[in-house]
Amino acid sequence: MYAFDFEKPSTIAEAVAALKDEDAQALSGGQTLLPTLKQRLASPSKLVSLGGIAEMQGICHNDAGQICIGAATPHARVAAEVAGDYPALAALAGGIGDPAVRNRGTIGGSLANNDPSACYPSAALASGAVIVTNARQIAADEYFQGMFATALDEGEIITEVRFPVPQSAAYVKFEQPASRFALVGVFVARFADGVRVAVTGASENGVFRWAEAEAALSANFAADALDGLSLPADGMIADLHGSAAYRAHLVAVLTKRAVANAS
Amino acid sequence: MPKDSGIGASSKRREDVRFLTGAGNYTDDINVHGQAYVHFLRSDVAHGRIVSIDTSDAAAMPGVVRIFTGDDFAGVGGLPCGWQVTDRFGQPMQEPAHPVLAQGKVRHVGDPIAAVVADSPEQARDAAEAIAVEIEELPAVVDMKAALSADAPKVHDDLTSNLCYDWGFVEENKDAVAAAFEKAAHVTTLELVNQRLVANPMEPRVAVGDYSRATDESTLYTTSQNPHVIRLLMGAFVLGIPEHKLRVVAPDVGGGFGTKIFHYAEEAFCTFAARQLARAVKWTSSRSEAFMSDAHGRDHVTKIELALDADNNFTALRTETYANMGAYLSTFAPSVPTWLHGTLMAGNYKTPLIYVNVKAVFTNTVPVDAYRGAGRPEATYQLERVIDKAARELGVDPIALRRQNFITQFPYATPVAVEYDTGDYHATMDKLEEIADLAGFEARLAESKARGKLRGLGVNCYIEACGIAPSNLVGQLGARAGLYESATVRVNATGSISVMTGSHSHGQGHETAFPQVVADMLGIDESMVEIVHGDTARTPMGMGTYGSRSLAVGGSAMVKATNKIIAKAKKIAAHLLEASEADIELKDGQFSVAGTDKSVAWGDVTLAAYVPHNYPLEDMEPGLEETAFYDPSNFTYPSGAYACEVEVDPDTGRVTVERFAAADDFGNIVNPMIVSGQVHGGLAQGIGQALLEGAAYDENGQLLTGSYMDYAMPRASDLPFYTVDHSCSTPCTHNPLGVKGCGEAGAIGSPPAVVNAVVDALRRQGHDITHIDMPLSPSRVWAAMQGE
Amino acid sequence: MTEIQMTVNGKAVRGTVEGRTLLVNFLREDLRLTGTHVGCDTSQCGACTVHVNGVSVKACTMLAADADGADVRTIEGMAAADGTLSALQQAFQDHHGLQCGFCTPGMVMTAAALLKENPKPTEAEVRHYLEGNICRCTGYHNIVKAILAASGQDVSAIAAE
Ligand SMILES: Cc1cc2nc3c(=O)[nH]c(=O)nc-3n(C[C@H](O)[C@H](O)[C@H](O)COP(=O)(O)OP(=O)(O)OC[C@H]3O[C@@H](n4cnc5c(N)ncnc54)[C@H](O)[C@@H]3O)c2cc1C
Ligand code: FES
Ligand code: FES
Repeated sequence: MYAFDFEKPSTIAEAVAALKDEDAQALSGGQTLLPTLKQRLASPSKLVSLGGIAEMQGICHNDAGQICIGAATPHARVAAEVAGDYPALAALAGGIGDPAVRNRGTIGGSLANNDPSACYPSAALASGAVIVTNARQIAADEYFQGMFATALDEGEIITEVRFPVPQSAAYVKFEQPASRFALVGVFVARFADGVRVAVTGASENGVFRWAEAEAALSANFAADALDGLSLPADGMIADLHGSAAYRAHLVAVLTKRAVANAS
Repeated sequence: MPKDSGIGASSKRREDVRFLTGAGNYTDDINVHGQAYVHFLRSDVAHGRIVSIDTSDAAAMPGVVRIFTGDDFAGVGGLPCGWQVTDRFGQPMQEPAHPVLAQGKVRHVGDPIAAVVADSPEQARDAAEAIAVEIEELPAVVDMKAALSADAPKVHDDLTSNLCYDWGFVEENKDAVAAAFEKAAHVTTLELVNQRLVANPMEPRVAVGDYSRATDESTLYTTSQNPHVIRLLMGAFVLGIPEHKLRVVAPDVGGGFGTKIFHYAEEAFCTFAARQLARAVKWTSSRSEAFMSDAHGRDHVTKIELALDADNNFTALRTETYANMGAYLSTFAPSVPTWLHGTLMAGNYKTPLIYVNVKAVFTNTVPVDAYRGAGRPEATYQLERVIDKAARELGVDPIALRRQNFITQFPYATPVAVEYDTGDYHATMDKLEEIADLAGFEARLAESKARGKLRGLGVNCYIEACGIAPSNLVGQLGARAGLYESATVRVNATGSISVMTGSHSHGQGHETAFPQVVADMLGIDESMVEIVHGDTARTPMGMGTYGSRSLAVGGSAMVKATNKIIAKAKKIAAHLLEASEADIELKDGQFSVAGTDKSVAWGDVTLAAYVPHNYPLEDMEPGLEETAFYDPSNFTYPSGAYACEVEVDPDTGRVTVERFAAADDFGNIVNPMIVSGQVHGGLAQGIGQALLEGAAYDENGQLLTGSYMDYAMPRASDLPFYTVDHSCSTPCTHNPLGVKGCGEAGAIGSPPAVVNAVVDALRRQGHDITHIDMPLSPSRVWAAMQGE
Repeated sequence: MTEIQMTVNGKAVRGTVEGRTLLVNFLREDLRLTGTHVGCDTSQCGACTVHVNGVSVKACTMLAADADGADVRTIEGMAAADGTLSALQQAFQDHHGLQCGFCTPGMVMTAAALLKENPKPTEAEVRHYLEGNICRCTGYHNIVKAILAASGQDVSAIAAE
């Protein structure tokens, strides 16, 4: 790692101020940022740890019935604490990485990073979550802007993520054999006014919604409603671990499984 | 009844206590006062000419002690190759120079260009980034067959081509084999790839070089499987340091699997730089560096043909293999596809005629050398896959076809120059059928089917050759090292014993198993025996641990030395008991006179040896310490039969191993618990090869699998509990313990079982698939199901 | 440079670290607690696993400065003061759950965290929990067996030698 200064504010306001320094960067769980720094792929002047900010920790419900998760809440806590209210989200959080990663890695870090193979973006997009930052509220549909790209501005930090709770939902992840990130992951969420299907891992443009599947499932929420539906391989990621065609195929398989598993 | 101590007992490992409490002493735990740190600037292109290296900015950076480049090593030897193969035409292989730091050209991604020594690791790395290197990139060769085309870029400009050697074995059989194929009733042909693997011991390599100007002594602490070999190679061939001024210590080593046998540039560098700077120099590999600097394994492309007569007897076997050497010859690389591979092609079968052709090729990739099994997994995989395919083509049961062709008479001289001393292949197959519950397969198949899963069964046999020897023979075959092992048994005055072995333990449990042997021979408690290993200053010249040789060769040396101890101790006892030496018996740590109740305890005899008041000084020297060197007369030949059951998810192609059973014949067993553990670890590596692992390069020679993000390591959830059995035993006839070696068997025998099982599962579902290349990743299996 | 203090294996320690100093470096180099190992640089092998405030953490993926004030436990703190192995450590020895020992500290720390969360895990739960701990030697068989045994379950039938 290149040398950097370290700061650990205790309020959002202090963190926002600290991030105004040239090349300062937020550090949440560090489960993505620290490996990146070890490869010397970035050289921040200062890391501002969000781990000491009490107002960014924890889970609650708001008046609209949404689950509000502090951005610095680790995956393990989400897995344990939303298991009753939003089991699909809890299961997703409990399937990220491994226990030690889940004890440090946070929802805010995951959404800010928007890795094309990350799990959370699919949950946020399928749930129609709201990404709350120090400055504004961003709807998930506007938030994700392609691989590693988001609507966040320089120095803007996610403080909370609000999830509307669907009637039923499921996330099915097919692991890349080496990294165990999602080779493809599909999150299906059924709301009173329709079904949302978000796909991670597959596309060169990062997480996306599969409109045809949503339409079919909104009409008939059953796995066989998807029969005959497929995605083109065009624009899918192709690498050592799977061709574009394979990923497109997996999306269809996993979507069916998610529908079958939805609870 | 299981024994509770001595040979045959599952004694708990004494080394575990330090490992379980964080008190191990691995090389990276060693810090020498005032040490500096080195960072290697490595090539990021696969092939290129070094136009210039400007270190001036870097040298001025904080903490930099000195920067070394290839020029600093102009007067120093290159890294030697320890085995010279002679080709089909009687010519020696092409052997390129292997400089410690690149000179003139870089030849693979990771080839070290410069080395920065600084006060801290981060300062060294900072400065390395500030070195200005201009490299004229050259086209890279990655594919072996392309590398052999006439217009291919040459990895080494001074060689005539990228062909290291073209080896034929047994060359004289070639025509007879061809004739047998002409006459065959059936020929089965299979083309396959035994993919490149990375050994990945969990401890990355580390080297700490130290030097004392006052005594002119160099010390190297290194993650090695064989410190004496490193001392010899580095001292004699690279740096010109005589042995008495060079000490090599390999302390606790966190796994090796072959990749820590070899002498590496970083070891030579740290030793050299410490002498230049009169300051200790430490290098700790990162995992990313390990992927591009540890020798890789396997990487064979093979065409195998099996000829059968009308009664399904194997009549001839012919193979053509391309073996990747990478950019340079790693220490024992040339021996792997030849003598460790060709000699095993008979397998468990009495095929009368065999011809093996191997073309070893230089490419712009990391050097390839021995990895767990080394040559033998490649041989087993081809053979057991082609037999499976033949059985399908002929519509016969694959187990029956194997049984029909088993060797049953021992000793058996194969047509590929080795003589199996013992074995009973029907017995291990019988045992396998029992422990794998093959009779219950149909029921399990139905159960899988009910869950929508495709189940398959794969069975195969293997033979391996351990404890490669004897030295005079392997010398004729091109080895530039001896292959004996040594032991010094030092009995202390009060009867406790230190055994200095040339063998090395990096997970195998020598510190527990070796005392079991000595204690058993003397009838004393195991706790009275301590093993010393891994330090050239404390152990006799030995060859270290690889090729499943420790107990068969190192253990035999220890037995020999212990027998010398017993002989001398009996003389002392005879003197103390005033009896004839011929009447002295040793039992349970007591020397007694046969037929009398006169006896003297072990401790009294040992005390007499060192306090020789009542001692035959005129006939015998005092003291009780003996050294023995043991050079085996033959290899040992463990064998076994393995069965794997898999389930394939028809929608995704994902394969899961549901059951795995291994029936091995390792001859006699000293510690069954340790032996089972060795098999388990080997199985995981073999299953890992079959389903998960594979090092991949793109066409420009960029390593695509440079970390665990892309190189799939087997995890706990990828593997089942294994059923292993080693009750079938045909003891080795030519070593004193009757042991055969068990370290590599699991990795050798398991890949074909897995692949056979997957092919079986897919064929049962109606897919016309005869082969899928490893690793059988979900995407590959799915593609095969799509007919791709 | 930042001043930090923390409790490691019950003892108060302090030190001065750079921003970039990782917890694992602080433990290994400043405190000379070399039982915590480094096996990768992508946060995947788990050889560096320690407990921070009671939960498992990869010490290679946490800054020492971020652990200021924390309660840290390493493999050196797992046995009793008189050296007696904990039941879990003892099970690893009894069931041959280690060979070269390099992954072992991380395995023990992860297994201890598992048994705290889930005192009687199933085989599948154990295997799943070890997702972030790579062992190259044992093939996991005896590690899983040792953990099941340490949880008080009878392993004689499920994992015959
Ligand atoms: C071994 C391993 C396995 C993993 N497996 C998976 C997996 O299966 N699925 C998966 O989804 N992920 C996986 N991850 C990634 C993990 O979930 C990370 O925790 C997550 O992606 C990033 O979260 P973090 O809190 O660690 O963020 P950090 O690493 O601290 O930060 C990541 C990025 O986000 C920025 N950032 C952090 N917090 C905020 C904020 N509140 N506002 C604005 N910017 C912020 C940082 O500046 C940085 O650029 C894995 C990681 C590891 C090490
Ligand atoms: S060293 Fe921490 S996960 Fe590998
Ligand atoms: S015991 Fe060697 S890596 Fe696990």
